[in-house]
Amino acid sequence: MSTLFVDGAVHEDRWVSVDGEQPVPEGEDVIVSLAVFEAQSHALVTRNAGRLGVYLEAGDQIEAIADHLDHIVLVALDFPSFADGRAFSKARLLRDRYQFEGQIRATGDIRIDQVSHMRRSGFDAFQVSHQPTIDSLIEDKDSGLDLFYQPAVGDSAERIAGKNWARRAL
Amino acid sequence: MYRYDEFDREFVAARVAQFRDQVARRVSGELSEDNFKPLRLHNGVYLQLHAYMLRVAVPYGTLNSSQMRMLAHIARKYDRDYGHFTTRQNIQFNWPKLADIPDILEDLASVEMHAIQTSGNCIRNVTADHFAGASADEVADPRPYAEILRQWSTIHPEFLFLPRKFKIAVIGSPSDRAAMQFHDIGLEVRKNDQGELGLRVFVGGGLGRTPMIGKLIRDWLPEEDMLSYCEAILRVYNLYGRRDNKYKARIKILVHETGLEELKEDVEVEFERIRDGVLKLPDEDVAAITEYFAPPQFDQIPERSDSIEHAKLDNRSFARWVGQNVSEHSQSGYGIVTVALKGTGEAPGDATSAQMDVLADLGERYSHDELRVSHEQNVILPHVRLSDLKAVYDALLEAGMASPNAGLITDIIACPGLDYCALATARSIPVAQELSQRFADLDRQNDIGELKLKISGCINACGHHHVGHIGILGVDRRGEELYQVTLGGSGDEQAAVGEIIGRGFAADEITNAVETIVDTYLSRRLSDDETFLDAYRRLGPQPFKDALYPAKEAA
Repeated sequence: MSTLFVDGAVHEDRWVSVDGEQPVPEGEDVIVSLAVFEAQSHALVTRNAGRLGVYLEAGDQIEAIADHLDHIVLVALDFPSFADGRAFSKARLLRDRYQFEGQIRATGDIRIDQVSHMRRSGFDAFQVSHQPTIDSLIEDKDSGLDLFYQPAVGDSAERIAGKNWARRAL
Repeated sequence: MYRYDEFDREFVAARVAQFRDQVARRVSGELSEDNFKPLRLHNGVYLQLHAYMLRVAVPYGTLNSSQMRMLAHIARKYDRDYGHFTTRQNIQFNWPKLADIPDILEDLASVEMHAIQTSGNCIRNVTADHFAGASADEVADPRPYAEILRQWSTIHPEFLFLPRKFKIAVIGSPSDRAAMQFHDIGLEVRKNDQGELGLRVFVGGGLGRTPMIGKLIRDWLPEEDMLSYCEAILRVYNLYGRRDNKYKARIKILVHETGLEELKEDVEVEFERIRDGVLKLPDEDVAAITEYFAPPQFDQIPERSDSIEHAKLDNRSFARWVGQNVSEHSQSGYGIVTVALKGTGEAPGDATSAQMDVLADLGERYSHDELRVSHEQNVILPHVRLSDLKAVYDALLEAGMASPNAGLITDIIACPGLDYCALATARSIPVAQELSQRFADLDRQNDIGELKLKISGCINACGHHHVGHIGILGVDRRGEELYQVTLGGSGDEQAAVGEIIGRGFAADEITNAVETIVDTYLSRRLSDDETFLDAYRRLGPQPFKDALYPAKEAA
């Protein structure tokens, strides 16, 4: 069982995942796989009811959905293993290159020691299965530092005099 | 040299506290080894054959004497009284107890050092020319750039789980003493016709099982764009680098398989998007970092020291050492001293705590409180008055560090090999020791002249064998150690990957084989001035093959 955290709090997941052959349910908020999205993109972006999310596996590229981001309100990016860091750069591209303002949800092998890095790369939701990580997030401990040697996504942090690249969390 | 400001101090202290908590969770069993592994790796802690190993970063190889003294203290207190200087300008301690490591990191932090990102699939310690700020041929000191890169890459949230490790080297002279073109990113600081500083950028160099020379991706990059360009390269690599096979995961393979032009286009598109953003380096910030590396207050002294000239006449060993281990300094009356950690029969790069203390004292007293670690596993005293050379030599002699062999055949690079390393397939240190004994005769070494001999104990090539003029690679063949020989490699500005000369040699044959190669060179060179590498480039492999494998030729 996984637990969903959005903006730092446990959240009930109302989104329905759609993959493979099953029809996309009418009126529901859905997260579709890239294959489903590509097969039905016109129907999906012109639906009248229900919001649209897309799930990208680690090997899928953002460019595949870039032209449709106006109609997408959630992108889920998978970490098949904690060591596979591709989704960090994809989240970064979504926020910085495409100015995507919807939810970016991390799924898969998420460990507490990476959550702060994910946040700084643009993620704001985490679907976590690893129990120690769930426990730590419930206690609001993400083990990150408050000092950063580089600017990152959504920085409201304070700049450091003489080190234009460094930041201190406010 | 760079000194921590309040921000750096706080950062490293917070990082030590974080790791202390993680180690406590591991020791108590709350964290399994699997869960602990990525955390320890980002803090330089490896699990070796016999014990944990801690790799401490020496950013771009520069350290002061109190830092060197702290390394001695750590060797004495927490290890077996020695440390090992590595080809990445770092130092490794081979026998620390896991429970002690947070204390070691705290000791290091007290002298502004750390072990962050000395392992793991992230941006590693940034290396630089070990003669930076001292050599006569320097355009600009590469270390301010290396320091800015060190900071930017430290716990970069996006680039901690790359396909594979990522190494950056920076040089500031036309001579490449840092094997810059064998790094994932190689940077050469240059001046344009307007006198502005910028960088030439190479990408996709590397050693390992697929050695590649870095490709020129940009001939001129304004210095203000350094971080944006590196971030663009890293982002493209993180997105597209292969993750299906760890042996094909370095950026060199991406460059090779994608082609430089296509990769360059991706990098340039991303770079153009971000170049005027938050990573642009303000002139005043670059100037502030550069100020830390301002040259020390040199005295105006004569180019020649009469007392040293007399001492050289009196003492042939001293004269030999000066001739071989002292390099030209940019400042008249000064020299750059290479302390070769390559005594006859010693493990290359090892130093005892007592030796480190001596080095610290010498650095403090005679070299403006500065020392360097070279990728050739030696220690450098960068700013020594010529008139102090005799005192420095005498102290080194007493401490067993006066080997007059810098750049000669016994100035061997060797990885730790099967004696320590979990990846190794063969021993390297005993091979280096036997070769250093075989060629111990100094007259003979001097007659042979410049010759870079490099030994790796496995295909990962930590001993840089691909760029050895003579390279030796130890492999395992059906339980026997077998040593393959490559010739003609070079890590300098005329970069070349060595060619395999033929079938390998058993452990008890390899020293004879090297001697045969050397004798072939001596008999075929045009004059004493033709170096081994020049002769090899002129002659090609055939005369060496004929000498090494005579029976085959006869058959």
